[in-house]
Formats: sequence, structure tokens, C-alpha cells
Amino acid sequence: MTRQMTGARMVVQALKDQGVDVVFGYPGGAVLPIYDEIFQQNDIRHILVRHEQGAVHMAEGYARSTGKVGVALVTSGPGATNAVTGLTDALMDSIPIVVLTGQVPTFMIGTDGFQEADTVGITRPCTKMNWLVKDTAKLSETIHQAFHVAKAGRPGPVLVDIPKDVQFANAEYTRPEKARTDHYAPRVKGDIDRITRLVELMETAERPILYTGGGVINSGRGASQLLRELADATDFPVTSTLMGLGAYPASGKNWLGMLGMHGLYEANLAMHGCDLMINIGARFDDRITGRVKDFSPRSKKAHIDIDPSSINKVIHVDIPILGDVGHVLEDLLKIWKARGRKVNREALSKWWAQIGEWKKVNCLAYAPSDKTIKPQYALQRLEALTRGRNRYITTEVGQHQMWAAQYLGFDEPNRWMTSGGLGTMGYGLPASIGVQVAHPDALVINVAGEASWLMNMQEMGTAMQFRAPVKQFILNNERLGMVRQWQELLHGERYSSSWSESLPDFVKLAEAFGCKGIQCTDPKDLDEAIQEMLAYDGPVIFDCRVEKHENCFPMIPSGKPHNEMLLSADAEAFKSGAVLV
Amino acid sequence: MSALNIKKGSTSHSAYDLRDSHSEVEESHTLAVIVENEPGVLARVIGLFSGRGYNIDSLTVAEVDHTGHRSRITIVTRGTPAVVDQIEAQLSRMVPVYEVHDLTAEGPCVQRELALIKVSGRGEPRIEALRLAEIFRASVVDSTLDSFVFEMTGTPAKIDAFAELMRPLGLKEIARTGVAAMSRGA
Repeated sequence: MTRQMTGARMVVQALKDQGVDVVFGYPGGAVLPIYDEIFQQNDIRHILVRHEQGAVHMAEGYARSTGKVGVALVTSGPGATNAVTGLTDALMDSIPIVVLTGQVPTFMIGTDGFQEADTVGITRPCTKMNWLVKDTAKLSETIHQAFHVAKAGRPGPVLVDIPKDVQFANAEYTRPEKARTDHYAPRVKGDIDRITRLVELMETAERPILYTGGGVINSGRGASQLLRELADATDFPVTSTLMGLGAYPASGKNWLGMLGMHGLYEANLAMHGCDLMINIGARFDDRITGRVKDFSPRSKKAHIDIDPSSINKVIHVDIPILGDVGHVLEDLLKIWKARGRKVNREALSKWWAQIGEWKKVNCLAYAPSDKTIKPQYALQRLEALTRGRNRYITTEVGQHQMWAAQYLGFDEPNRWMTSGGLGTMGYGLPASIGVQVAHPDALVINVAGEASWLMNMQEMGTAMQFRAPVKQFILNNERLGMVRQWQELLHGERYSSSWSESLPDFVKLAEAFGCKGIQCTDPKDLDEAIQEMLAYDGPVIFDCRVEKHENCFPMIPSGKPHNEMLLSADAEAFKSGAVLV
Repeated sequence: MSALNIKKGSTSHSAYDLRDSHSEVEESHTLAVIVENEPGVLARVIGLFSGRGYNIDSLTVAEVDHTGHRSRITIVTRGTPAVVDQIEAQLSRMVPVYEVHDLTAEGPCVQRELALIKVSGRGEPRIEALRLAEIFRASVVDSTLDSFVFEMTGTPAKIDAFAELMRPLGLKEIARTGVAAMSRGA
């Protein structure tokens, strides 16, 4: 059966056939035909954002918390350029999203028409793939391909640019199963010989470590399950990047905490001192490695990654395994079990004893206060009061983000949404709305700093309009905290433009948006205030006034190796004089 | 460097598994990249090189399979072994890229480039230019009383050598296609 329809209807039909239930977007001249089609149906919900950047971050939040593809729809020109930050963010963090942009009619392309921009040109370096569709007959197939490319292999953002005349014209609709997608089929099975070589190393390793990343989460629930099985069966310690938190549970017995620039002492020292490093779906980011030439100098390294360009990009590895984490872990476990489940128990127990010594440093210790709220304390209380709940956390970018990663525990994947690679301030608020739309009954908290939060605060309007009861937990230090910290430690305490003057009254701001505002300044009131936030049925802006000059430790300054970590003055090791190991 | 010290890029050996990927020595590599022939693909490939700071010494592209919509891009690039490996990996993960061949690493290959070279002058230099053109097997495709346009194909080094010889004889203009390359043997 052939089905003729307009390009605009095709867009909506293709989204439905791809299982899309919600689109985040903003209308404009070049997408009016599509919006007209959206108006005339009820299967796809449209969330009207306040700025296109917000739409893309919401799609990201939706995608990361569900494992499905997130969709944003924006107009030509400024609509598309406003989406660029979100696209780059999704590219860096491997988030599958499809962004549909309107474009001026094909006959106007190149004439500098009103709201014309070279969208595919601008977005080429920040998408996994993009298409300008000039023929309605190719539109539906292109959209199906876009979904395939977004999900397959290493996930990422794709963009389809659709001129207005293409939306108006009629053509035959191509169903998803008829669309050609086999031309892009990244290899998912790892090389068995290499996996076997890794198993051999695992059997004799004295100081092994599993270094896990966002690839485990992107690989799906099964991959996280296999990781847990692997860690528990071998008793290997597990650390994770910022992106991979929750793949192995924070309550798990082998958990060392996050590694990297603001990672835990025991995690970084274990990375530095290990003799077998198994990188599972991470990418040796510079926030992880520190100084490359001193990175984990005595270890054999294996790297499991679906992206060939991630392997040997930064760190040369001994056993590269190209494949999907889930598939490779499955084979790895099978082979390890078939060979008799061997590990070097004796050496492992010594290794754990050493790790135990590092843990005694208590690197997350901080000086408590009964006068001001310490940001770490605020997060510990938030954790204590929400841990058991059906909870999703998003963050902005900066000190609060690192503290959240350190002090909040994640026992499941897809519960932690943060801008890791790009470090996009302004990510957390829209992402929290995207998460809430996907999980209407869950508790969704955006842990924020006031400066980041202000970057996309207009999206509170979206939260109100669509009744997304997101909780904005703002650690307000009236500073650009991480910038201030670097200036204190590395730039002679010259605080160049790192404090915010004329901040809004967040409680009044909440009232202006029509939601609830809470301010808390005294640690004694904090629990009650958090409870009030949790109890409120609707969006909350929580202005948590915290210590203004708190630094985030541990910290590996840029370009230093893992064993040259700065610790808080309150960590145990500092008192015993062993700050730098 | 590897024990056998076989220089990568040699046309008589495949030294792919012998070279030291930690070497800091820059090597020239010729890559053949088979891509979907659709708008934007070339821009995407070139953008990879500029965006990640890789070198392009030469680049040619043309459709090679009309029905299959395939184009072949030949890129001559330079970099340390690690960078060349990274370029190959970055290219191979691109959605519209079907195949990437490092012709330099895969074994002997033929490389050819076409050039048009305009030389002007009268008298002895003009005769000398024509004589040299014969030696280089360049053919005359345009001629006036005081100029020639030579056409020649060959390796880039041969064209370089010919152009260098033409310089004192009145070299006016040179147009080169860039390298097309293919592995030797079946």
C-alpha cells in the first residue's frame, strides 16, 4: 500500500513509527507546517520550551534517563544555531538525540533569506551525521536513518534539516522497515582472541582495576548487569568516570568511587598503582588521565570501546577490544568461567588491604560548621533524605557538580545526568525537565550552582506550563565556584570576574514563575527545608546559601599525575603530613 | 624503531606490524577512502582534518561507482604513526564512510598525479623545455609561438622534478590534480 502525504505529515508519521512519544521544541516560520501536523494529532506530546538550547538539553535528559532517542524540533536560522550547544554536548557525551530543524524553501537556500543559516554546515562538526533533505520523497527514509544512526554504535546527536517547501510537497511515505539502514552497522562483537588474552591477564593480575565509563550505560541495562557480575565474581575493584556513575552500584562492595580530577583518593591511587587496568567504555579523557606520560605507569591496559577512534587516541593500550560493552563483557565472562574462574586471590587480598589503607585517608572529609551550610553537608543531607526514593539527579557544571558526584550515591544506571565532556553550564535545569517528562512520577532534582542555573532559568516557565515538578537545588555561594577555586589555587588569589553581583532573590523569582521558592541559610534548618521541597507537589527553586569559599577536594591540578593529588586540609592524611603521595 | 628498520612507506615491504607506534617521526601516508556520494560528505571528511589538526598534503575525489553512489577520496597526509592510526580510525567511524585503506601501510601501491604546466619563452630555453618534456614523457597539449602547455602524469616526485626544471626555462603556471593511488596486485 502506498501512502502519499505531505512532508510535514511524514515527519509526524515517522516520529510515531519510531516510537516517539514526546518532542521538545519551539515553533517558527520554517517549521509551521510540521507544527500544524502536530496540532492535529494526540500521539506525540509537544513540550514548548523557552529557548532552543533548552529543547536539546531536555531531549538529552529524556534520552539519558530512558535509554531511548530524544527528539527536538526547532526552526531555521536562530532556532538551529541555538541548538548548537546542545548538539555539541550530546556529541561529547554520546547521547542519542534527533534534532529536526526547519529551513528556508529550497529555492531560497543561498540567498541569505530571512532566518536562513547554513544549518548542516554549522552543525556538521557537532553531529554524528546530518542531512539536508531537498526532496520530499527522501524525507521519511532520512528520518528513519537518522534514528538508526543516533542509536547504533557509539550513540550521538544527528540533525535533519527540512526546507519549508519540502514540508508542503507530497510524496510517498517510507515505513521504517523499508528504510535502508544496513550501510551503518558498527561491529558489536569483540575479537575473541583478544578477549581471551585479557582473561589470561585477569587470571594472574595482582592489582587489577575496572575503570568504567558512560559506554557501560549506553550499552544498556544488560551491560551494567554484566559489569556487576564481573566485579562480584572476580572481586576486582571498580571505579568510574563521571559519565558512568550508577553502572556499578555505589553501595556495591567493590566500589571505589569516582576517579579523575575530583575523584576519590583511593580510586586515583588504585589507577596509578594497578598492574592491570580494564577500561570498559571510557575514553581516557584528560580529566581522568592527568599528565599522560605518568598515567598508571606500571599497568597493562585493556580497552573495550565501540568507537575505534577512542582506542589508542590518548593512552596506548596493550589489548584493544573493539566492540559493544555488553557483548564483550558477555564473552569475557563466558571465557573466564570456562577457563575455571581463576583469579589471583592471594594478591587480590593484599591489593584490597592497600586500597583499605588509602580509604582511611577519608578524602571527602571537610570541616563541618554549625553556622554556615557547607555545600558537602547540603549534599549529604539531600542524599540521606532521598536515597531510597525513585530519584533522578541532573546537575549544572562546576563545584556543585563534582560534590554531587562525590556525595550522592547511584545504585542504578540512567539515574545521573550531567554534562561531562562539554561541561555545559545551563544543562541541568532543562535536562531535569526532560527527565521529569519521561518519568512523571519520579523525584527529579537538579543539583545546581546559582551561576549555571541562571544560564537557562527561563525553562522554569516550561516546567510550570507542563507541570514538571522538578526540584532545583541550588548551592548558592554567590561565586563562580570552580573558577574562584582555580584562581585561588593557581592564579594568585586574583578573583577576576568570578563572583556574581546583583543575583536575583530566588524565592521571589520562584513566585514570579508561579512555583515554590525556599531559602535556607542555617544548617539547623536544612533537613526541614529539604523535606519541604520534597513534599511540595510542583517545581521548587531551593536557594541553599552555602559557604562562599569552600574548595572542592580531592583535586588533581591540570597536567599533574594521579599521585600528585591535592587533598582537603581535613582529610586524615593531611593531618599526618602525607598530603602528596 | 623496529628491529628490522623497514621504513614505513616503502613500496617493497609491508611494515605495518613492525613499526613503532610511539615513534615521533612523521610519515607520509596515502589513504583511500570509499564514501557515500552525497552532499556534505567531502566537507565532513575535510572538517575532520581541520577540526583535529591533521595535515592534508593532497586530496582528490571523484565518483567511482555511479549506480552504487560511491566516491573515492584519496588523501595524502603526514603524521606520527599514532596520528596516522588515529586518522584512519576517525575516518572509519564516520557514518557515510564505507572503507578506509592506508595504502602506504597495506603494501606496495601505485601513485599517479596529472599536471598541466605552462612554460613561456623563445629561442634556446623553449627548445630546452621541449627536449626535457620528451625525456619526462610530457606531451604538448597547447602551443603558441612563445608558449607550451605540457601535460604529464607521474608520481608527485616526478612532477615536482619536472616543474623544478621548467622554472628557469619560463615556468608560468602549474595545475595539479592531486594524487590518485591504488594498491598493486590483485
